[in-house]
Amino acid sequence: MGGMGVAAMSRLVDTLRLTAEEASGLLERKDVTAAELHRAYLDAAAERDPELHCYLRLVEEPVGDGVPIALKDVISTQGIETTAGSKLLAGYAPQFDSTVAARCKAAGLPIIGKTNTDEFAMGSSTENSAYGPTRNPWNPERVPGGSGGGSAAAVSAGLAPWALGSDTGGSIKQPSALCGNVGLRPTYGTVSRYGIVAFASSLDQVGPVARNVRDCALLYSLIAGRDERDSTTVELPEPVRLPEGEDLTGLRIGVPKELNEADGIEPGVTDAVRRAIELARSLGAEVGECELPRSVEYGMPCYYLIAPAEASSNLARYDGVRYGLRVDGERYQEMVERTRDAGFGDEPKRRIMLGTYALSAGYFDAFYGQAQKVRTVIAREHAAAFERFDVLVSPTSPTVAFKLGEKAANPLAMYLSDLLTIPSCMAGLPGLNIPCGLSEGLPVGLQLIGPQFSENTLFRTGHALEQAIGFDPVPERLR
Amino acid sequence: MAITREEVLHVAKLARLELSGDEVERLTLELGAILEAVGKVAELDLDDVPPTSHPLELVNAWREDEPHESLGLDAVFANAPQREGDLFRVPPTT
Repeated sequence: MGGMGVAAMSRLVDTLRLTAEEASGLLERKDVTAAELHRAYLDAAAERDPELHCYLRLVEEPVGDGVPIALKDVISTQGIETTAGSKLLAGYAPQFDSTVAARCKAAGLPIIGKTNTDEFAMGSSTENSAYGPTRNPWNPERVPGGSGGGSAAAVSAGLAPWALGSDTGGSIKQPSALCGNVGLRPTYGTVSRYGIVAFASSLDQVGPVARNVRDCALLYSLIAGRDERDSTTVELPEPVRLPEGEDLTGLRIGVPKELNEADGIEPGVTDAVRRAIELARSLGAEVGECELPRSVEYGMPCYYLIAPAEASSNLARYDGVRYGLRVDGERYQEMVERTRDAGFGDEPKRRIMLGTYALSAGYFDAFYGQAQKVRTVIAREHAAAFERFDVLVSPTSPTVAFKLGEKAANPLAMYLSDLLTIPSCMAGLPGLNIPCGLSEGLPVGLQLIGPQFSENTLFRTGHALEQAIGFDPVPERLR
Repeated sequence: MAITREEVLHVAKLARLELSGDEVERLTLELGAILEAVGKVAELDLDDVPPTSHPLELVNAWREDEPHESLGLDAVFANAPQREGDLFRVPPTT
């Protein structure tokens, strides 16, 4: 199909609307070449990314004959700079591929670029990136969420058909909610973290971001499964099924009171979520209320002890010795301390300090030890809810996308952005965000949570609801 | 749950961070507020509850002890701030 005119190309490849599945069909029928497809996304990025800043870097030449994919910049890519949004890793060129990057390559997916992230994936707005914030494609005065704001915004703005993110306490689901697309935080242990810049190892998961649920399921099927190089991974108990059905007969949906009535949930968010729940009922699902008495109230405190504690340990490796930034000093200790002070931004420093404090002598039992017990309580409460229900639903984010700068000066207000995503993360449960409507002209995300390894149920539910909701994922200002 | 300036300096030392004076002041305030919020976990009586360190019930994930190829030295040193022969060079420790 060489020499296709620009007009003909843009008719076939509307990057704002084309799903990865459709793009794959275009390639199979030889309607377009992989190079033309890649070019179409690069052209879209040239047009819109100067404003949005989804990408930290783009890859000009496709390697592979499949549908291009964007990777969050915490995912190591051999020979392609990987910074995790930090100055500390400026210029760092991984010498090996992460397992997920290798699996994308093995599936023929060319990497189109590395997407912006809060530094070391710590944040809920992508404003903590040392390279400047990403903006929301629905309204550039608003944040795209975080930490994976770059991946979510790139998909919504038509700068990539799909992407990978990483999620510790909501970094896939919350940006997908704020940008109006589909994001999956998979069951802990189903996707390898080999070659992922570590944040909090008992929580970190890699997962897909896509324009619809089928693409999300397809991408999950490409990356999931046991990896010998990550001993925390397991085989999937059943293969991934691409969802097809449009009814929810027999599905039991629980509506946890605390996740749906928490302080700070905007009325417009509640309304859109309630409409989605009514739609689920009309599709045949049985809907009932349930409770997670302590998971929401204590989830955030629990998370902000455990995640920083693990982060303080994981980030100890940035010492200016083997790779990354070094700031000179007369003595070794001085070199290390100066390097870390100069290299880490405010949020990683806050979390390193908080985590070091929580793990220090005299405080360990009261903070970290107690938080681990709270984690057990949260897991038990969810297990009890799943005795009666197949899926739990709630808003993904209490609010729609907020303004840049609005929460930047108040770490605690920012932490509350993840209030509703954190509890299920603590229990290692999978969670799927799908868009369920607009409030104030901005997307509202519906969170679907299932038991461990219930991704197929989440895909089925998400797909049926997606058809019924009929949300247009293309930002209004770009239509 | 306030944290003192001295505690912040002590924790910074443990964390190998050379904080500026401004950072110490700011972190003393911010960490105080955050610790007050997360200190909420102490309200719960959880003496009988076991801790969770890992969300999956995996125990002893063994693998065969087989030799694999590892990265070559040039790859290992490719991102090194300072290399000397086959060593990473750092300032003196004492």
